[in-house]
Amino acid sequence: MARPTNRYRVRVGDAPAFRRTITALVLATTALVLLAPLSIIFAEAFRRGLGPYLEALARPDTLHAMGLTVFAALVCVPVNVAFGIAAAWTVTKFTFPGRSLLLALVELPFSISPIIAGVAYLFVYGAQGLLGPFLAEHDIKIMFAVPAIILASLFVTAPFVVRELVPLMMAQGRDQEEAAVSLGASGFQTLRLVTLPNVKLALLYGAALCNARVMGEFGAVSVVSGNIRGQTSTLPLQIELLYQDSQVLAAFAAATVLAGVALFTLVAKFLIERAQAARAAASLEDA
Amino acid sequence: MRLSLGLSRPTVIPGFRLSLGLTLAYLGLIVLLPIAALLLKSADVGLARYIAIITSPRTLASFQVTFTTAAAATLFNAVYGLALAWVLVRYEFPGKRLLDALVDVPFALPTAVAGLALTTLFAKNGWFGAPLAELGIQVAYAPAGIACAMAFTSIPFVVRTVQPVLEDLEPELEEAAATLGATDGYIFRSVIFPALFPAFLAGASLAFARSLGEFGAVVFIAGNQPFRTEIVALLTYIRLEEYDYSAAAAIAVTLLAVAFVMLLVVNLIQAWHQRHTVGEE
Repeated sequence: MARPTNRYRVRVGDAPAFRRTITALVLATTALVLLAPLSIIFAEAFRRGLGPYLEALARPDTLHAMGLTVFAALVCVPVNVAFGIAAAWTVTKFTFPGRSLLLALVELPFSISPIIAGVAYLFVYGAQGLLGPFLAEHDIKIMFAVPAIILASLFVTAPFVVRELVPLMMAQGRDQEEAAVSLGASGFQTLRLVTLPNVKLALLYGAALCNARVMGEFGAVSVVSGNIRGQTSTLPLQIELLYQDSQVLAAFAAATVLAGVALFTLVAKFLIERAQAARAAASLEDA
Repeated sequence: MRLSLGLSRPTVIPGFRLSLGLTLAYLGLIVLLPIAALLLKSADVGLARYIAIITSPRTLASFQVTFTTAAAATLFNAVYGLALAWVLVRYEFPGKRLLDALVDVPFALPTAVAGLALTTLFAKNGWFGAPLAELGIQVAYAPAGIACAMAFTSIPFVVRTVQPVLEDLEPELEEAAATLGATDGYIFRSVIFPALFPAFLAGASLAFARSLGEFGAVVFIAGNQPFRTEIVALLTYIRLEEYDYSAAAAIAVTLLAVAFVMLLVVNLIQAWHQRHTVGEE
């Protein structure tokens, strides 16, 4: 929580001249490095007006890419929410040797460049990969097709939900779950009726982050997708294809959709943090 | 960032085997199997061939480009991130909440979209590119463009690691120093910055690690010329397209090793940091 800045008489950097200078510098830099890139997406997409924008957006290949991106999100978000709950339940409700190692493993995908993730998947499911001969024999196509896009997206977004849940569930401890169990609740009842309601907002935010990343993933997906237009292009890949073709308006139109998802995620974050702060304040008053 | 664990008594809660089993099975299939496959593939390359690939002029040049531009991007974010965290924690001004929300834009915005936006901004006739061209500075399709893309995608790291530490800083320390007659500059150097330093260093390391692996934003703006603006991640991609799988595996595993070293550094810094904060409480 931020302390009221005027409670203490002397604080470093409170001299008005210094405060104004540094605030102005930070705001100016932010306008250049954060606001300008965000604004230019919409400025370019709408530079010829709404009609051409919608036309550029409604290209069949862009619509197809959008569909594939939504499909990937519809598969990946529930899977990683389920994984997130299982992993967070494991590391916060139980004590066992190797717990820190497990948590480190869960976070591993964050430290790995998406390109490496893509290459690694190629060496599992590609023709030269570990399972390549087996897959070819049984005529199963994973690489350069939709399953590979899903798998690579799952890898990249695996930590998002866990990361939001673990600190919160750790802070909440296990007393409530232990009480529920000793009153006769089953494990699943405890999870559904005690644990999940307590972490609802964090779970929601984790899912929103996971969704934004699945929809926006570029590096890993570009290695494993094969990038066949109208077949295995997700929206970010479609943006690159359009840009390479000098279809700048169409590229920016497609980019507004993803920028919209990003802005929606940030608004969700803002609202969830406010709700959490209100909850914390309420429980402080109760106590 | 490492999350800390601190429970140690046995529990009556059921479901341990099921949840642990699910977690391990999923991690094994989605995370560990591909990494193992990459390690196996690169072991197949053989040491002599590995050294030849990594020390080839084009690979070395790509590592040099990547490290230099990532260092420049991190330097920018170290200064800007620290100033941003300071302004957000210490001052009240209109639009502060909006500024705080804007910090997360680079994490939420897909890298391809960021790359497209930055390339257009820095193009010869772009909002930034046109005035810069008059000064004779080229950013797009030059190493500076790569640094810009890396800087953009890693903005939140320093801010978000320094911000909570700055918020928890005891005002009494500053007050005492000021009462003893120390100047603001002296208090910042000797009281505030040392307290922030571990978090600052961890944030900068995370930003650097992220910059080393960044691909989406960079490929748009880099121009991707071998020896000049070709980053390691892109070279890996090109080797794959040429069906040179041993080269791709060798380069990818090297980048993976660098990522692990960075991860280790960040964890050591944070362990050090935790010892510091525990000591203060």
